[in-house]
Amino acid sequence: MKTTPKKLLTPSRRTLLKTGAAVALSAPFVSRAWAATTEINMLAWYGHGEPDIVGEFEEANNVKFKPKYYAGGDNMLALIAQSPPGTYDVILSDGEFVQQLNAAGYIEPLEAADYPFDDMLHEDFTKFPGHWDGDTLYSMMVRCGHLGVSYNTNAVSAEEAESYECFWKPELEGKVGHFDWHLPSLGMISLLNGNGAGLWDLDDDAWEAVQEKTMTLRPQVGGFFDYGGTFNSLKNGEMQAMCGIGDWITGVLEKDGAPVASVVPKQGGIQWTESYCIGKDTEKADIVKKFIQYMLSPEGQVKSAKMAAYPGFAITKAGRAALIDADPKEAIRTGQIDKMTNDPITLIKEGRIHYRDIPKQQDLEDWNDFWSEYKNA
Amino acid sequence: MSRLNAYALTWRLPIIIWQILFFLGPLLFMIAMSFFLVKNYRMIEAFEFKNWDKMLSRGYVWDSYWLTLGMAALSTAIASLVAFPAAFFLAFKSSENLRRWAIFLLIIPFFTSYLVRTFSWYVILAESGVINALIGNIGLGPYTMLNTKFGTIVGYLTLTLPLVVILQTVSLANVDKTLIQAAQNLGCSPWRTIRAVIIPAAKAGLIVAALFCFILSFGDFVAPYYLGGSKPPTLPILIIDTTKSGQQWPRAAVVAVMMMVTLFTIAFASIILAYRKRASK
Repeated sequence: MKTTPKKLLTPSRRTLLKTGAAVALSAPFVSRAWAATTEINMLAWYGHGEPDIVGEFEEANNVKFKPKYYAGGDNMLALIAQSPPGTYDVILSDGEFVQQLNAAGYIEPLEAADYPFDDMLHEDFTKFPGHWDGDTLYSMMVRCGHLGVSYNTNAVSAEEAESYECFWKPELEGKVGHFDWHLPSLGMISLLNGNGAGLWDLDDDAWEAVQEKTMTLRPQVGGFFDYGGTFNSLKNGEMQAMCGIGDWITGVLEKDGAPVASVVPKQGGIQWTESYCIGKDTEKADIVKKFIQYMLSPEGQVKSAKMAAYPGFAITKAGRAALIDADPKEAIRTGQIDKMTNDPITLIKEGRIHYRDIPKQQDLEDWNDFWSEYKNA
Repeated sequence: MSRLNAYALTWRLPIIIWQILFFLGPLLFMIAMSFFLVKNYRMIEAFEFKNWDKMLSRGYVWDSYWLTLGMAALSTAIASLVAFPAAFFLAFKSSENLRRWAIFLLIIPFFTSYLVRTFSWYVILAESGVINALIGNIGLGPYTMLNTKFGTIVGYLTLTLPLVVILQTVSLANVDKTLIQAAQNLGCSPWRTIRAVIIPAAKAGLIVAALFCFILSFGDFVAPYYLGGSKPPTLPILIIDTTKSGQQWPRAAVVAVMMMVTLFTIAFASIILAYRKRASK
């Protein structure tokens, strides 16, 4: 039987000093070992830097993500504009804002051969608008989702939800909510007005008509909400239909058992698209490239599709197959199975989905001005 | 004498430096920023009146202004009236021990984030919430309380009512009791004693309590956004909207300056009202 040396139990002052000095002297080595973990500064929508997405990558590559979250493309551009070059190593951008990131010189070109372009579920994803400048790739699409009519299934029937007109249903007075961002809501009204593929390219008359139609919805509106407010008001039944969102919010609630759903109505839906870019002048381009590749791998695509903060669609064939394997229930719920009627890829092929964009003939400011007037009406 | 001044100055200096660095400096910068321009999401230093022209000529800015002013005034009136009986009881009718406990309990809500307290109202005010469930038992409701002006006022009071009660209690407790006894001995009715003796004697504290309530309500973003459904938006929400779209910080600065001017005016008027008579004595 071993006994603990008396010296350790009752150390002399000299022993204590020696031990203390050894600990103090070894501290730099300890901190150096810690410093070996590479920090990756990420600018993204909420959820992308959380453990359910990046946890395994961090562990496998001895990196640590330091996410800075934004809400909306404008906010993202402003955060980059106000930071020194090289602040962000990886930037998750809404698809429609990539062009502006590139024009302002905030992102590095990517090597197209590094990414699985031959495995995309739709050819649009290989040449996504604004992601290329000539033959140079600047951003890699990683996920997407569709916006349409989101509703409480106890208040709106599936048939009624097939048209944006359901927002005007008399029984929904005061029960229609808006996600508080003009782009998706006004885009939907533009679709309802029959602008189809030209929903963002409105001449003065068409823009006037969109404003008039939107104003008629105002008496129905019960509130304007951010993510948390939208989530809560649908959950507690305070709002029974929501304009400007899609499965990215109702999906989380639906999985939790709430009687809510989102559909792409007959007038068409809007696609949000999220893409990764490598920040200009970053010194960590290699590991960021590896991360983007990881997010496009089947494993990464499954994580992205099931993201705890808000779900999205897989965009690669291998990613979709992996999702069906890993969570068939979620694949069925979101229509991510070939030949399902609500398969997002089928909807795109049928021309029912329009990629979210910024107004072509008006300034964003004009749309925002109207949105403020609308909220005050 | 000069040594005494140096000593006093040493102690006063930190607060002076603090105020210059973190209040006066940012305030001047905000005023200057209201003349800047935004290009490609970057602020450009300039001295142009475009932002002022733009914001002051928009009807919705003024709609938000009057709404915010009205809602803050209503919140102040309700908080002052609701708080007074409680403060009166704590100041004059309760034991010293009970008053201490009451003030401690009134401070406790501030231990929790205001945002959390606001979100907890969802459970109570929702159509499927506690209040509607209770009144539903007697065949009433359901009533819509969330995403209404009522919801906003509830949120404002959540923020301000405990503070108003505390300030009123402290103010009333400091009223000279002999004045009250004298009024009673001279035949004053209880109501007249309150109106003619207690309220004038505690006037400064009561006005300061109301002023705090107004300032907090006027600048609050959380209640009108989360309990009022941003419908219609108040000035703090308008600031957020303005910065969100196009990063128009200079235009948001215009709204902020409008708010600051309003608050300065009301605060100065209140302080004059609170201390006018006392100063002339």
